[in-house]
Amino acid sequence: MSKSTNSKRRHVAVLLLVAAGMFGFAFALVPLYEIFCEITGINGRTSGEAVSAAPMAEVSDREVTIQFAAQVNRGMPWEFRPTENQMRVRLGEVNRTEYYARNRASGRVTGQAVPSVAPSAAAPYLHKVECFCFTQQHLQADADIDMPVLFYVDPELPEDIGTLSLSYTMFRVPETEVVLSEPVTDSHADHEGHYQP
Amino acid sequence: MIAHADTIPKQRHPLIAFLLRWLLTTNHKEIGTLYLCLAFLLFFIGGAMAMVVRLELFQPGLQFTQPDFYNQMVTLHGLIMVFGAVMPAFVGLANWLVPLMIGAPDMALPRLNNFSFWILPFAFILLLSSMFMEGGAPNFGWTFYAPLSTTYGPPSTDYFILGVHLMGVSSVLGAINVMVTILNMRAPGMTLFRMPLFVWTWLITAFLLIMAMPVLAGAVTMMLTDRHFGTSFFEASGGGDPVLFQHVFWFFGHPEVYIMILPGFGIASQIIPTFARKKLFGYHSMVIATIAIALLSFIVWGHHMFAAGMPLAAELFFMYATMLIAVPTGVKVFNWVATMWRGSMTFETPMLFAVGFVIMFTIGGFSGLMLALVPADFQYHDTFFVVAHFHYVLYPGAIFGTMAAVYYWLPKWSGRMYDERLGKIHFWTATIAVNLTFFPMHFSGLAGMPRRIVDYSIAFADFNMLSSIGAGLLGLTQILFLYIVVKALTSGEKVTDAQVWEGAEGLEWTLPSPAPLHSFETPPVIEPDDAHAAADRA
Ligand code: HEM
Ligand SMILES: [Cu+2]
Repeated sequence: MSKSTNSKRRHVAVLLLVAAGMFGFAFALVPLYEIFCEITGINGRTSGEAVSAAPMAEVSDREVTIQFAAQVNRGMPWEFRPTENQMRVRLGEVNRTEYYARNRASGRVTGQAVPSVAPSAAAPYLHKVECFCFTQQHLQADADIDMPVLFYVDPELPEDIGTLSLSYTMFRVPETEVVLSEPVTDSHADHEGHYQP
Repeated sequence: MIAHADTIPKQRHPLIAFLLRWLLTTNHKEIGTLYLCLAFLLFFIGGAMAMVVRLELFQPGLQFTQPDFYNQMVTLHGLIMVFGAVMPAFVGLANWLVPLMIGAPDMALPRLNNFSFWILPFAFILLLSSMFMEGGAPNFGWTFYAPLSTTYGPPSTDYFILGVHLMGVSSVLGAINVMVTILNMRAPGMTLFRMPLFVWTWLITAFLLIMAMPVLAGAVTMMLTDRHFGTSFFEASGGGDPVLFQHVFWFFGHPEVYIMILPGFGIASQIIPTFARKKLFGYHSMVIATIAIALLSFIVWGHHMFAAGMPLAAELFFMYATMLIAVPTGVKVFNWVATMWRGSMTFETPMLFAVGFVIMFTIGGFSGLMLALVPADFQYHDTFFVVAHFHYVLYPGAIFGTMAAVYYWLPKWSGRMYDERLGKIHFWTATIAVNLTFFPMHFSGLAGMPRRIVDYSIAFADFNMLSSIGAGLLGLTQILFLYIVVKALTSGEKVTDAQVWEGAEGLEWTLPSPAPLHSFETPPVIEPDDAHAAADRA
């Protein structure tokens, strides 16, 4: 009898541990998913980190078209668009483009841009030297800003990809999550595009 | 009902004594009855919501509900049927049957058993009360995708989250109890491979529950912190990803759909041999197929997300893994048919429901295979075709399975027989109604009718009218079922035979009818060549 009671206790303990482990596993899925997406470029996720400029010894002759797109998420009172719709770039060559944003609201609004690359197979090959998506953007009422992206396309890009698109969605950052590490961009201060990352 | 020994002192007011007995009971049969009654009650509530939905969809245009209320009804219907009707009904059956089938005097952890049951009414009161709150009940579908449930969820979402946590605790504790009972309380001689299939399928279901429910708890916890504590698990502006929610949810969700069917497989495997008067064909392959299904169910979740954006390699992986599940499922269907092959079959009500289960579940399996094809799923996804698929596996699967079990074991539980003529009428009307309701949904779905939308193009009007007529009839058959059960319990013919059904085999049929409140206090002795030890013959 006591032997069977012990065995029951042991089973209960093991099963409770399994349940607790699976609860933890649900949270472990978060970093696992991030890593998986980074490695495979699923979701068109590009790396969230800047790469150093001019990393390529040689610039390839192959050219591809890169298209730029922008949208604002629901509840985001900004105007947000690329300043040019597409460009031809040579692989390995660092190029620059700009996105324009203007705050239409009557108070400060902070935005966070989230990039996405299509086709997703191209995502790991698009490297950003500098991007406004690396940090939050703060705009006072009616302020606007030109925000640069410095990027190059890896010469290793698969042969069958001739056009890729880089699309940003601008999300409104809730006031509770605003990080004010930099001075708030003042009205028109940066109109000439002197953007400080 | 069954005459029980009264353990509460006599001087209490009879009503209080009655309430206390059911509140404090640790007897597996009484707790089983409680689970079944709660499941039946919630089945009616969830069914009433489905009636609202079908009434609205009877014709195109807005007739009776506003879009937001319609969405609330769809959401609550799904949640209540999954967590309130199907799962508690199966736990109730496990409580009643597992100890009887393995020759145990009770569940291994009787007090925990009481606790896991009594959590449930509170969970569902929380969930249902959200209907009366400002902003209404949850309206984001039973899959509660972020950001619908995080950023855009109504305030009552927090009650929903707490309710899901409670249900999760209840089912994990219930599953632990079943598993510990099966592993520790078998009568001497009842080796694992002599256990009846219902016990096997529940052992595996319990494993799925313990693995999957905590992941669901994790998902709702992340939702809660996203909503209130400034995290951004699923919030893109904070660096999170709403698609991650879908991965976490379906990692739970696909095992969950098997949680809702495996006990049904077990029930069919008990009933078909009885009325075919043959041994179950391929006992071992049945067990192995069930284990295979359970393990595979953890690597196929992506088939719910084909259209959400995945690399080609992942789409292919999930497609092939999903189609692989059809193999063990096919083995099971083959074995049931082979069991019937050249048997001396009779078609009493439980057998009718079991055969209906096999045939209609297979139809649902086929539409599942169609959905598993990535290119096809881009067309079918989020249409009524998916609704047709899962209702074909769930209604004839989980619901017919449970009803077959009630008809089959009710004489053993209560000592009274149901009305066979009414039972047959119930089966045939329900079968007609199920097909009338859900078959046209295949067509409206293929034609492109999206699911979860209150209004639709007039092009789908005829199919929807048929579905709604079928649904009304299906609703009526539930009232017939309630009547049949109540009539059996109050004035059904008394059963005296222990075996009840001529071909029935297994330990539960060695007990007198009705089964006494306390059974197998001294364990039965199982002979290796005992009738139910099907394994030895295989
Ligand atoms: C041969 C076996 C099966 C296959 C191949 C299969 C395949 C699929 C696929 C591919 C989907 C996703 C469709 C979409 O959203 O586009 C799906 C949905 C679903 N299946 Fe199955 N399935 C099978 C068996 C089952 C069983 C046994 C159940 C439950 C008893 C079930 C319940 C569901 C449910 C509830 C959904 C819809 C979930 C939702 O979006 O609300 N399936 N199935
Ligand atoms: Cu699935």
